[in-house]
Amino acid sequence: MSLLEVDHVVVQFGGVTAVNEATFGAEAGTITGLIGPNGAGKTTCFNVISGLQRPTRGQVRLDGRAVTRMPVHRRSKRGVGRTFQRLEAFGSLTVRENVRVARDIAGGARGLVRRSGADVDALLERVGIAAYADERADSIPTGTARLLELARCLAGSPRLLLLDEPSSGLDETETDAFGELLRDLASDGVAVLMVEHDMDLVMGVCDTIHVLDFGTVIASGEPADIRTDPLVQKAYLGYSDEGGEGDSWDATLADLPPVAHLDRGHEDDLTTVLPIADGRSAR
Amino acid sequence: MSTFIAFTIFGLFSGAAYAIVASGLTLTYTTTRVFNIAHGALGMVMSFVFWDVSVRQGLPPLPALLLVVGVIAPATGWFIQRFVARGLGDAPVSVSLVVTVALLVACIGTAQQIWPPAARTVKPFFPNSSFTIAGTNVTAHQALTIVLSGVVAAGLYGLLTRTRVGTAMRASVDNPELLRLFGGRPDTVAALSWAIGTSLAALGGILLVSQVGLDYYALTLLVISAFAAAVFGRLKSLPLTFAGGMALGLAEAYAKGYLPTDGLLSKVGNVIAPLFLFAVVIGMPQTQLRIGQVKGIVTAPVPSLRASAGWGAALVLGMAVYTAGMGEADLLLLGTAATYAIVMLSLVLLTGYGGHVSLGQFTFAGVGALTYAKLDEPNLVGLLVSALVAGAVGALVALPVIRLTGLYLALATLAFAVLMDKLVFQADFAFGFGGALTAERLSILGTRIESTQGYVLVMVVFFVLTAIALLTLRRGVLGRLLIALRDSPAACGTLGLDARWFRVGLFGLSAAIAGLAGGLFAGLRGTIGAADFQFFSSLTLLLFAVVFGVTSVTGALLGGYGLMQLPVQQSENPGVAGLLFVVISVAAILLARNPNGIASYVFRLGRLLEERYGTQVRARVPDLAGLGLPGRRDRSAATSAQDEDVWDEDADNLALIGDPGHTRSLEGTDGSPASRVDGRPEGPEGRGAHVAARG
Amino acid sequence: MSVPILEVVDLHAAYGRIEVLRGVDLAVPRGAVMALLGPNGAGKSTLVKVISGQKKATSGDVHLGGVHVRGAQTEELARLGLCTVPEGRSVFPNLTVQENLTLMSYAGVSAEAVLETAFAYFPRLLERRSQLAGTMSGGEQQMLAMSRALASDPALLLLDELSMGLAPLIVEELYDTVGRIAASGVTILCIEQFARTALKVADYAAVMSHGRVVATGEPGEILETMSDVILGGAA
Repeated sequence: MSLLEVDHVVVQFGGVTAVNEATFGAEAGTITGLIGPNGAGKTTCFNVISGLQRPTRGQVRLDGRAVTRMPVHRRSKRGVGRTFQRLEAFGSLTVRENVRVARDIAGGARGLVRRSGADVDALLERVGIAAYADERADSIPTGTARLLELARCLAGSPRLLLLDEPSSGLDETETDAFGELLRDLASDGVAVLMVEHDMDLVMGVCDTIHVLDFGTVIASGEPADIRTDPLVQKAYLGYSDEGGEGDSWDATLADLPPVAHLDRGHEDDLTTVLPIADGRSAR
Repeated sequence: MSTFIAFTIFGLFSGAAYAIVASGLTLTYTTTRVFNIAHGALGMVMSFVFWDVSVRQGLPPLPALLLVVGVIAPATGWFIQRFVARGLGDAPVSVSLVVTVALLVACIGTAQQIWPPAARTVKPFFPNSSFTIAGTNVTAHQALTIVLSGVVAAGLYGLLTRTRVGTAMRASVDNPELLRLFGGRPDTVAALSWAIGTSLAALGGILLVSQVGLDYYALTLLVISAFAAAVFGRLKSLPLTFAGGMALGLAEAYAKGYLPTDGLLSKVGNVIAPLFLFAVVIGMPQTQLRIGQVKGIVTAPVPSLRASAGWGAALVLGMAVYTAGMGEADLLLLGTAATYAIVMLSLVLLTGYGGHVSLGQFTFAGVGALTYAKLDEPNLVGLLVSALVAGAVGALVALPVIRLTGLYLALATLAFAVLMDKLVFQADFAFGFGGALTAERLSILGTRIESTQGYVLVMVVFFVLTAIALLTLRRGVLGRLLIALRDSPAACGTLGLDARWFRVGLFGLSAAIAGLAGGLFAGLRGTIGAADFQFFSSLTLLLFAVVFGVTSVTGALLGGYGLMQLPVQQSENPGVAGLLFVVISVAAILLARNPNGIASYVFRLGRLLEERYGTQVRARVPDLAGLGLPGRRDRSAATSAQDEDVWDEDADNLALIGDPGHTRSLEGTDGSPASRVDGRPEGPEGRGAHVAARG
Repeated sequence: MSVPILEVVDLHAAYGRIEVLRGVDLAVPRGAVMALLGPNGAGKSTLVKVISGQKKATSGDVHLGGVHVRGAQTEELARLGLCTVPEGRSVFPNLTVQENLTLMSYAGVSAEAVLETAFAYFPRLLERRSQLAGTMSGGEQQMLAMSRALASDPALLLLDELSMGLAPLIVEELYDTVGRIAASGVTILCIEQFARTALKVADYAAVMSHGRVVATGEPGEILETMSDVILGGAA
């Protein structure tokens, strides 16, 4: 039994169906990627899982128990933590205070029984934003704010971590470190479910990937299978901007008459002229 | 049977007028996202204008109606959109509430200034014509009103569905930015909807004025009916809004007709509208948590315990010196100022820290005063019980609307304030209609505080203690949680906080502070009545709190003093009584977007003085920074100026003593209290390579 | 060569402290179709926002048909014949198809003419004229959005990420429409992250990266220059 099961969830806004019979899950100790074009319903799925959006139909289960109608804060007490695509840091507070708030909330009435979350500064250190500890959260760079949201989640020692585009705003080194951190968390037994546009990261760290299109899961599997799945390529990688540049340009160019083939020896010169190389997805 | 028909016709008449007013409110709200608290007040002003042009200047009624509804009201609406309400739809709900409350007070001030109190009457239209339906007499005025409501309904329907500009109005709700790309002008659309909205407020007001009478407050209060009808229409459906207005009119008519004519129930007929409003607000579906912004509010730094204790002691000492030998009347005024200042502390907690707006905060002080007087236990226990009862009532108001936030919570407090004002406070078990209760001065540990000076000092001590408690709370775990909840309710939810109960607790605590002030006030005055706690006081209280700074203790102190001065100045200068309302409203409109208010300028001034003279002064008076010596300035100045001057110094030092790491946060507010990031990178580093150029 | 319809000179723009456009120079000749390509985050959409008046530039100039327009209001530009189709669903979801089309008449062509052109070109929209736009499929909504470009006879058409999140078949159809609009002589600046379809209809192409236009030329040349870079970088 998976830690998280999303079972035939449908979400309709007025007449528009944002999520259509989506079924997928996440296992403890693994990293699961949720990818798909814009408007495919990924964030809506996260809202349904975390309790901010009630589905029109379908069920969400944690440890086999339905939580579909459970309010947000009680799901959190059951170990669901999430970050936001559009940031939700507490802007008037410093970075350290942000995490303290999370720790205070997590402690709650059961604070005495439960492990009171890690020490705040150690958490900031762990996600790599200790240098910003005394900055106000509305004055830090986006990437840092995303890491802050992660640190805030971790203060509650979640069992299921929902990360909505966590790496956008991070540079390459930071992204690599972030990938390490995710691996680390998974090996601690946390189930990580992540919506992410950086294909290198997704392909690199995920154990399983679900592809969402028009609110429906069109493919699930290991990164290697997803990469070669013709359905995914057709519906997603080749035509939408959601893929990392590498994949999408590959797919784009594959359809064009052959041009001067890649010569990796030129890489260095060319990137100085056209520094697209590190132009990672920033959305 | 014929009485039933008579009631029905009367109900349909007032229902039609409510529907007209409410549809204007709904139209403005749906197209600009500004809920206009001043909608009824605009109708009131327009009714006075109508009286002016028709009765005073002698224009026949129908041309006068056309002039007001067709020209003056739309022009006013246009003006308000251009210069007051522009861009308000994107601001936090608390800002648009404060601005429209300011507009309401400005309307009342304007009316009082131009048309000072006097007996005025407006006759119904066609006063001598009537006809009979089913044995019941129907006046032409009633028929006209009902017909006009139909015309308005049809006209609005036609406008919104059959014309391009009407379509643009609906489009600008969805996506104003896209409308601009289409070539439409959202500002013009908003101005048009304000123009039509104000017109409809005017029409409804003028149709009702012969019934209600030309009164600043009665006509303004009609807006409660419009609010109820508009909320019944979920603030978007015009047909439902019309239905709500009609239902309310009928309910009122039947209540007047069939409820017993004495006892508490007889009064219920007067408060059908707030009851209806409360009921429909409770029935609103749960508001979705808004997600998608990092916004912080830059506020004054929280002073350390030592600093606040030092300045508190300085305040008490200063007041002891200042009040020595002062006359009874001035002492009572100072005591009143202390009451206001403590109630404003409750707003600092609720609005400044918590981000919620209460439109009935002074009513909680009334509950405290009532309890204190009824309890007749003039000691600390009695005072504590008064505060607790007020707190419990506050929690009870928040409880039914536990699922709702922002606008609906504010409307619930407004409905509550009107209910208390019109029904409960005037009931026999409370103050009684036009009556008053006596209250004893407080005894502390068996010592009765007889002298007014002593009592005022005790009130100042209570202010200081409450302020210190508030600042301690703000520094601690709960304070952090409050700020976090204000900044992002969604994130708090996903971190495991049950925001709903937290909010109820916050309302309760804030009401308890107001109740404490009320209890002290009752003891100060000796006799208190319902007239001391009219709902309107809560609105001016809110404005003064915002103008002087709703995020700091200093702001509450200055605001309390200012609010006390308002009636004093008004009675000393009756010629500009109304104008003073307008002035404070304009100040509130200008400062609404900066919650730190005048206090923040005081802090800034303090920093400036510190930079320039701090070292020299400290060299001469070594302990100034710790305690302060508020006697440094010329004491021969006018009383009010002098008092505030002392506090300027206090404020300076409060800011100076605050954590130096935070003082920078005052910079760069400049009227933009909330900096939005909206998921876009906005960091100091050159992260251009990773900038999301697209949303 | 006559005055270019669109000329952008040394344009800078920033979000907060981060500069997104760092000196963009670009000219689109009258009657041409230009594809503006480049990776996510290069500043393409910001450029569209500045040209269309939705975002203020920090410095630099924008000329439309030789007239300096930096700082002009979005709606004024729209009425002067700049038709911008922003990324995402650029229709009003709570208005009917017909009401959406009615609003397109702000650009100067009468509502009747807009309806006639739109229904003639997309009979599907005629079938659904009373349906709320938000309840239609993504492709149908994009047809509705394109109707504005088709029917309002713009001086310059700005298309931002037309293909985003749409199925390939629909994208093909949309670009057929773009081709047809181009054939009628309308100047088009077409922003795409994915080159293939856009380059089919383009006369010229430009590449943006890190807030600058780093290359312009014929589609063939551009593709050649870029493919090396892109493939090298993706490794």
